[in-house]
Amino acid sequence: MRVEVRFSGFGGQGIVTAGIILGRAASIYQGLHAVQTQSYGPEARGGASRSEVVISDSEILYPKVTKPDVFVVMSGEAMQKYIRDVGRGCTVIYDSSLIKTPPERGRAYPVPATMLAKRELGRTIVANIIMLGALSAITGIVDGEALERAVLDTVPKGTEELNLRALRLGLQSTWQEAKV
Amino acid sequence: MSHLTGVRFLQGNIACAEGAIAAGCRFFAGYPITPSTEVAEWLAKRMPEVGGVFIQMEDEIASVSAIVGARWAGRKAMTATSGPGFSLMMETVGYAAMTETPIVIVDVQRGGPSTGQPTLPATGDVLQARFGSHGDYSIIALSPNSVQEMFDLTVEAFNLSERYRVPVMLMADEIVGHMREKVVLPEEVETFTAPLSRRGSKYHFRPAKGSLVPRMQVFGRGYGVHVTGLTHDERGYPATADPVIHTKLVRRLVDKIEKNAGRIIKVEEHLTEDAEVVLVSYGAPSRSALAAVRELRAGGIKAGMLRLITLFPFPCRRVKELAEQAELVVLEMNLGQMLREVERCARRQVHFLPKIGGELHTPEEVVRFVKKL
Repeated sequence: MRVEVRFSGFGGQGIVTAGIILGRAASIYQGLHAVQTQSYGPEARGGASRSEVVISDSEILYPKVTKPDVFVVMSGEAMQKYIRDVGRGCTVIYDSSLIKTPPERGRAYPVPATMLAKRELGRTIVANIIMLGALSAITGIVDGEALERAVLDTVPKGTEELNLRALRLGLQSTWQEAKV
Repeated sequence: MSHLTGVRFLQGNIACAEGAIAAGCRFFAGYPITPSTEVAEWLAKRMPEVGGVFIQMEDEIASVSAIVGARWAGRKAMTATSGPGFSLMMETVGYAAMTETPIVIVDVQRGGPSTGQPTLPATGDVLQARFGSHGDYSIIALSPNSVQEMFDLTVEAFNLSERYRVPVMLMADEIVGHMREKVVLPEEVETFTAPLSRRGSKYHFRPAKGSLVPRMQVFGRGYGVHVTGLTHDERGYPATADPVIHTKLVRRLVDKIEKNAGRIIKVEEHLTEDAEVVLVSYGAPSRSALAAVRELRAGGIKAGMLRLITLFPFPCRRVKELAEQAELVVLEMNLGQMLREVERCARRQVHFLPKIGGELHTPEEVVRFVKKL
């Protein structure tokens, strides 16, 4: 089993952090192998950001994503840029508060993460964590408990409660495939 | 408080920084440059925690000079950079070789020449690591291909630098530097420190009988220690016009590495025993090479892999043996650098699959290339 996950959005949304948390959850807390890589432009904020995680039950040699099985996408620009890599079997989880039209390819799940983060938690910064929860709920690649422990290992001190609430928001909802 | 231990999900650059701490490094001087910056960033926080010193210098020339000075003051020392900074360091690499100063230089390689592709991988600096400074000398260069090896080979780099009193280059690339993987960091690692010269000795550049590596002395312990890049006698004093002294010194600087090559060199081999085609690679592309070997074997092609963990000294004898038995295919992220070494030792035609532009070879393209041979 080899699952390739790509996260993309703009700089500052926590795209790289989401990849790190997923990789940590899979490799440290779920007994799987994981490799996380990232690519970014020279900008510190704004610009495109991409983070990739390969998860496998055996040793991972080639560390990059070529044909994503799961695409978590948090900006229209990123959707446009990477939609060509989305195959029929790819699960696309997109922030529907930022991307209004569902993608034409793959199995698309709208998750209004930025809106939910603002409305339920008062902080848009944790939208990435809601997306991670939704990824677990939709794909089952890693379970909620492993993600919870990885979130606690990764997020800054003092923000644990906020991030755990965001994770549960993503985990506990029943996400439905978009009707195209 | 010492280095991080246990099972962790870490970035390669951070694993390298922790490996330095584990090896006893207590001085880091550097100038930030993508994709190596995390090494410096991490050590800026960690050095003070372990009783060490972190200093951000004005440039890479100053950085490598500072670590040479630190080692002569008795601290194990490291710097980290990428292509443009590595170029700037070259004069002092020769100085460190001439003065037999144990230092570790980490080069997290990116696309060149010049400022090139700051955020993308390449291995275009590997010959510079060996030949970048002027004059005759030898160094040791290592090539990690995983986050675990960013830790392990950093430790190894320090130990080799101390054992042979020589600069050691850790030739990483953007992929292994920025990648995160699970690592297991041991509580204790084996470390080696260059032994100090005997009490009362004035000969800090004279090896004992049967050895090519002299004991070293450091400043501030009551010894008259003279360190110069000029050709020097066994006390370290300049003797610049004597052909015999120069020849003896420079030959020894080369011999202490080349004659110990058998002890220094590490390679990893997979399925080479009966291989009819052997993929020769190092760094990140070696991961694709191994994946390709497995796929080729599954398809009935007798493929094997030789991975260079030590780039220099170069494993010439092993390459020659394999060239007598199999077709060789070199994979690297440049237009043919280690290829020259492989060809020199193989003494026959070698196939070549280069990749530049910032992308890693995919296993599929390696498989396709081999099938077309």
